[in-house]
Amino acid sequence: MSKRRSFDLRSQPGFTFVALLTFFMLYLPIAALVVYAFNAGSSMAIWEGVSLRWFYSAASNERVQEAAMRSALIAVCAALIATVAATMAAIATTRTKPYPGLTFKYAFINQPLMVPEIVTAVALLIVFSRIKVWTGYSGLGYLIAAHAAFCIPFAYLPIRARLESMDLTLERAAADLYATPWKAFRHVTLPLLRPGIIAGFMLAFVISLDDVVITEFVKSGGQDTLPTYMLGQLRRATSPEVNAIATVFLLFSVVLVTAFFFINRRKA
Amino acid sequence: MDTASEVAKRAERADVRSRWLLSAPALLVIFFAAVGPLFVMLAYSFMVKGDYGDVKPGEFSLDGWFSVFFQRDIFDDTVGLADAHLSIFWRSVKLSLITTMLALAFGFPTAYFIATRPARTREVWVFLITIPFWTNLLIRTFAMQEVIRNEGILNTLMMWLGLIDQPIQLMYTDAAILFGMVYVYLPLMVLPLYASMEKLDFNLVEAGYDLYATRLRVLWRIIIPLVRPGVIAGSILVFIPSLGAYVIPRVLGGGKNMMLGNLIELQFGAGRNWPLGAAISITLMAIVMLALLVYVRNEARSGAQNV
Amino acid sequence: MRGKLKAATAALALVAFAGAAHADGELNIYNWGDYTSPEMIKKFEQTHNVKVTITDYDSNDTALAKVRAGGHGFDIVVPSANYVPIWVKEDLLLEARPDQMENFKNVDPRWVDVPWDPGRHYTVPWQWGYTGTAVNSKVYSGDINTSALFLDPPAELVGKINVAPEMNDVLFATIKYFGGNWCTDDKELLKKVRDKLVEAKTKWLAMDYSVTEKLPAGDYSGVYYWNGAIMRSRLANPDIKIGYPKEGYPLFMDSVAILKDAKNVENAKLFMNFIMDPENAAMLSAFAKYANGIKGSENFMPEEMKTAPELVIPAEFEKAGEFLESCSPEVLSLYSRIWTDVQK
Repeated sequence: MSKRRSFDLRSQPGFTFVALLTFFMLYLPIAALVVYAFNAGSSMAIWEGVSLRWFYSAASNERVQEAAMRSALIAVCAALIATVAATMAAIATTRTKPYPGLTFKYAFINQPLMVPEIVTAVALLIVFSRIKVWTGYSGLGYLIAAHAAFCIPFAYLPIRARLESMDLTLERAAADLYATPWKAFRHVTLPLLRPGIIAGFMLAFVISLDDVVITEFVKSGGQDTLPTYMLGQLRRATSPEVNAIATVFLLFSVVLVTAFFFINRRKA
Repeated sequence: MDTASEVAKRAERADVRSRWLLSAPALLVIFFAAVGPLFVMLAYSFMVKGDYGDVKPGEFSLDGWFSVFFQRDIFDDTVGLADAHLSIFWRSVKLSLITTMLALAFGFPTAYFIATRPARTREVWVFLITIPFWTNLLIRTFAMQEVIRNEGILNTLMMWLGLIDQPIQLMYTDAAILFGMVYVYLPLMVLPLYASMEKLDFNLVEAGYDLYATRLRVLWRIIIPLVRPGVIAGSILVFIPSLGAYVIPRVLGGGKNMMLGNLIELQFGAGRNWPLGAAISITLMAIVMLALLVYVRNEARSGAQNV
Repeated sequence: MRGKLKAATAALALVAFAGAAHADGELNIYNWGDYTSPEMIKKFEQTHNVKVTITDYDSNDTALAKVRAGGHGFDIVVPSANYVPIWVKEDLLLEARPDQMENFKNVDPRWVDVPWDPGRHYTVPWQWGYTGTAVNSKVYSGDINTSALFLDPPAELVGKINVAPEMNDVLFATIKYFGGNWCTDDKELLKKVRDKLVEAKTKWLAMDYSVTEKLPAGDYSGVYYWNGAIMRSRLANPDIKIGYPKEGYPLFMDSVAILKDAKNVENAKLFMNFIMDPENAAMLSAFAKYANGIKGSENFMPEEMKTAPELVIPAEFEKAGEFLESCSPEVLSLYSRIWTDVQK
């Protein structure tokens, strides 16, 4: 690429403005959320001065903390399973001549996307509760499995998009140098694929963290996640305590993501 | 005996076999926790509704399917189209399409902006996109409410700027639902778009300019076709959850007008008509599936052309 | 790096599957969200050395579907009055005979021979309340003891009304408004009900749950909603006034029941007995701002609750309040179609 014009030819008029506006709009509600966590009053609508009382109140609310931790645990497990399965599936379904069953696989993998959550939720309730009765096991495994299933298509799409736009020459070169398929994959394909995998994992994680309806139906006793806990509170008001929890959660994930980012960068 | 063509055939068969093995974990998880249980739903749509929800075991009927599209008028017993269902259906499709277009309108420039940053800062921008979404959907929806309510940030800001002199009623309108859905589903558009733009070959763009193409033409004829898989992936990821949205119309739309998710929920909840709920769900799935099939066919054809 | 990842995954998996560990003295409560006083639970845990787990649901139908499916692991559920007969008929509840428990003497006689559980063989009262009207008296000062407030709203309130998104409550008020009875299948009357609701809905702002924030803040000026939430709104803004629709308004009572497949039946019975103690019942009310059914609990309640107009219904309006029975499936399917028509 010629250096002379490189900066110029990448820019499109107005794009930077729209992008910055988008970032602004993304953070505006979050900012409101954080600000109201420090509200001295007990409502999200009326500002009554600065206070930390909701942080204290959240810190002493065991149910909320447990729910938040459970949400995070389920999201991590489900996203890990989903990302690994989706990466394998993406490799199996791209860069090939059409073979029998390929379309079937596409349809099958994307199926959880096609179904309104409430339908899967009721269906899972019926099936899983039978299994719970038969096996006597009613732990978090069901929630993780259910989350992993609807996370797979979300992880699959960016990974596949990445694979499809990837350059084949490097892998061919590796094969020409008699690298085993595994070595070629490990040292050539995987690093190239990494942005797709990271995007896939993050999507899956976020989607799992968000889920309300399926979790509500699949959960057994003592398995409230943060969203189902909040759903239960919808009938009453949401107090700034929820904002305080969200703020802490946010801070925690920012730290986590930043750490991950720097580790990643140092390695690269 | 081993002719060249037979070796090739055997290698091909081995390749297909290993591709099935590779996709097995994903297929199994989805079968166990998503597709399999849906067969139960399919069966339910052909059964007789139970008195208090659920279905009566062993009794079959087509009532559920009948009432998806038709209704016996409550008051004069004539059979007509179920216009309540059809108008809810249409509303949902309309709002989801607009959401997808808006998400694309904001998401495309954003993804492009990120993809054209220097390699070192690119990941920072990607993280900036995802961070708001590390808080869950309900909290984000409530946060959105703070922005668009009458005394909210947006109205206050616009009044301060002198753009309006009275707050605009945004809450509880279709606009509020759109605001909320675009906000909530935007990363589902940006991330796949970015994943395909990040690999964009700018030599092709340069070639375009060498041929004296305008910026708009380069965008339209070179960039967009190259990132089409990302555009399509993003649009699907935004369109489908919008179609089944439940929480956002409930909170931001004020629950006055149903979308499909709410209609289905009603049948499984207070309406206690599970067969109807199952039949509406399957109808919705069938239509989305059909659209997706058209897309896959289309993709396979254009993919073949590229090779 | 990969080793670490593996170790982390293994650790996570361990935590995930160790969740089912069984300790002595557990109690699993399945209740409406944000309805259970944490202080009262703490007191119960300390008194009886039992670890209590609370899980939330957000509608009677969700709870019913879930428990009926089995494998849920709950001991106690808190269904509304009109659902109790369904739970009993579906054979989901244990006949725990709370009427023979020590603290049963504290139950207000009004709540003993209730139609949904005559003589209280299955359930004990948790909390009760009603769906009433309320306005911001700065905006509207006319008669508020009528359903006309949201069915034929005065000009001041048009576009500022919130109605509880609850099919039964809204249909009940509207049927009563036209002089009908609950569970009626009179088509002519139901046609009027539907047409009225379709027309009235255009004058509402929302059908939402967030009354306690938006009524005091002025986003809503009139509501048809539950009394506990209205009381909380008034505490935040003294201009809020509650009304009792004279045409008829629905009462509700949620009752504690033990599930047939409960694993901790003894602890569940202890809990039933525990909440019939006036002091403990008062803790419940102080938290959720609804009345309970236990005599003498007023003595333990905060002053503001003893005289609250939301909790003490004036005698002249008492008769208009009515518990909703469970209608026949045919009538119910009519109602849910009317409801769909209203919300299309």
